[in-house]
Amino acid sequence: MPDAAAPTNAAPPAALRRQRLTRDAALPWITTPCVLLGLIAVWEFYVVEFRVSALILPRPGAVWEAWVEMLHSPRAWHHTGMTVYATLAGFAWAAVIGVSLGVVIARVRWLELTFNPFIVATQVIPKVALVPLFVLWFGFGITSKVVVAAVLAFFPILTNTALGVKSIEEGHRDVMLSLNATRWQVFRRLELPSALPFILTGFEIGIVLAIIGAIVGEYLGGNAGLGHLLIARLNAFETADMFAVLIHMSILGFLFYFSIGVLRKVLIPWHASARLKV
Amino acid sequence: MADPARPAIALRAIEKWYGTRDAPVHALAATDLEVPEGEFLVLLGPSGCGKTTLLRMIGGLIPPTAGELLVEGRRLWRAGQRQGEALADLGMVFQDANLFPWLTIEDNIALPLELKGWPRERRLQRAHALMRLTGIAGFERRWPRELSGGMRQRAAIARALSYDPRILLMDEPFGALDAMTREAMNLELQRIWMQTGKTVVLVTHSIAEAVFLADRVVLLSPRPGRVDMIIPVPFARPRAPDLQSTPEFQDIVRRLRRRLSEIS
Repeated sequence: MPDAAAPTNAAPPAALRRQRLTRDAALPWITTPCVLLGLIAVWEFYVVEFRVSALILPRPGAVWEAWVEMLHSPRAWHHTGMTVYATLAGFAWAAVIGVSLGVVIARVRWLELTFNPFIVATQVIPKVALVPLFVLWFGFGITSKVVVAAVLAFFPILTNTALGVKSIEEGHRDVMLSLNATRWQVFRRLELPSALPFILTGFEIGIVLAIIGAIVGEYLGGNAGLGHLLIARLNAFETADMFAVLIHMSILGFLFYFSIGVLRKVLIPWHASARLKV
Repeated sequence: MADPARPAIALRAIEKWYGTRDAPVHALAATDLEVPEGEFLVLLGPSGCGKTTLLRMIGGLIPPTAGELLVEGRRLWRAGQRQGEALADLGMVFQDANLFPWLTIEDNIALPLELKGWPRERRLQRAHALMRLTGIAGFERRWPRELSGGMRQRAAIARALSYDPRILLMDEPFGALDAMTREAMNLELQRIWMQTGKTVVLVTHSIAEAVFLADRVVLLSPRPGRVDMIIPVPFARPRAPDLQSTPEFQDIVRRLRRRLSEIS
């Protein structure tokens, strides 16, 4: 029985691979701060050397101070909360509708054929251009932001889910068929877990688009959210504060993206992508 | 409870056509075949002879165009619909192990029992017993990708046996394995078959594998697929690898090879 090796014999290569993966994963933790520091140094040098006006480009130190001040301001946190809410609520709607519609479309051929032209059409329309319309329909409050976030996040989730359900291996379907599985069992035990890596990729794109949607929605209407705050700072020529809001937004975006990566590790530990991504 | 006179599988004028009305393909001409209880039957033939089609019809994966198919005395197909009770007597093993990558080995093996609603503890107990039978104990919590091809195929056999079907249907189960692993798996399969007393129908295109494993070899010829001849293989069990170098074994292999080159 040449292939009947005990599990212990199989362990060393796996351990070696794990070791290399950890080393690869550690590298960005060193390079990222270095590159970042370099960029800040160039920025500082440029502003000082060419005497750039603080209105155009403030010094990094001034931006840092503005951001620290922002962290201590309850009003700034209120705005942050509004943006987080709009992003998450919009994303949640997009996830629920996108996944269920994606599953249905992938399974029912005539529905896919019927919907496909519209899906493509809505994909190519610059959806951001529709934001004023949403403001008109849903008002200047939080609802219009949620809707914009949802609309932007919806399509990548839909298309990735449909792709995932269609990419299920025929052999796996044969197994369920030979086991006389019910439709629900096929969905729950085969289609859903099999499509999950695709769905999470859709989520990864979707969450980034949701935060873009929320912020663009805030640019154009209402008096809350980080997008509104940024425009307010711009209009007041408080450039350092504007940069602080930008940093705040970027960190938020990172955190959202990061949490999908964590979700990947929790939900699909068996999948190769869970080992390579953050 | 099994009636000794009743075959495990009975095919009565089973026929299969593929394709449209304009360009139909005759995959399998009307075929009669009986597999007695406990027999190891091997379907052998060149590609396009309909051996996989035949096995997939017996396994309930594709409906026959005409004819009657009895599994343990019960009709498998009724008006194009599969009958659940007959399916419960069939376990399938494919060329690819087709384990679900998101389930550990033990959960993969227990999957059929999960679908039948067994409680987790009971079905894992059953899975562990089958892992001992198929020689993969110790890999319970591993992912399928961590196992070699031969190991994965053992797990697939364990999964097919999990709900204790009377019949095991195997579609070139070792076709994707290297020659050495393949020989080891043939011995393992013989041992599992003798230990469990199942009826086995195995599809292969390897003549030596067919003769080594089979009680009877059914040779199929192509265009349309049909039974060309049936050769009984009388060697005693358990058969050892050395059997393959005996003149008697070589004789049967030669007969089959000659006929194969005539028909393909």
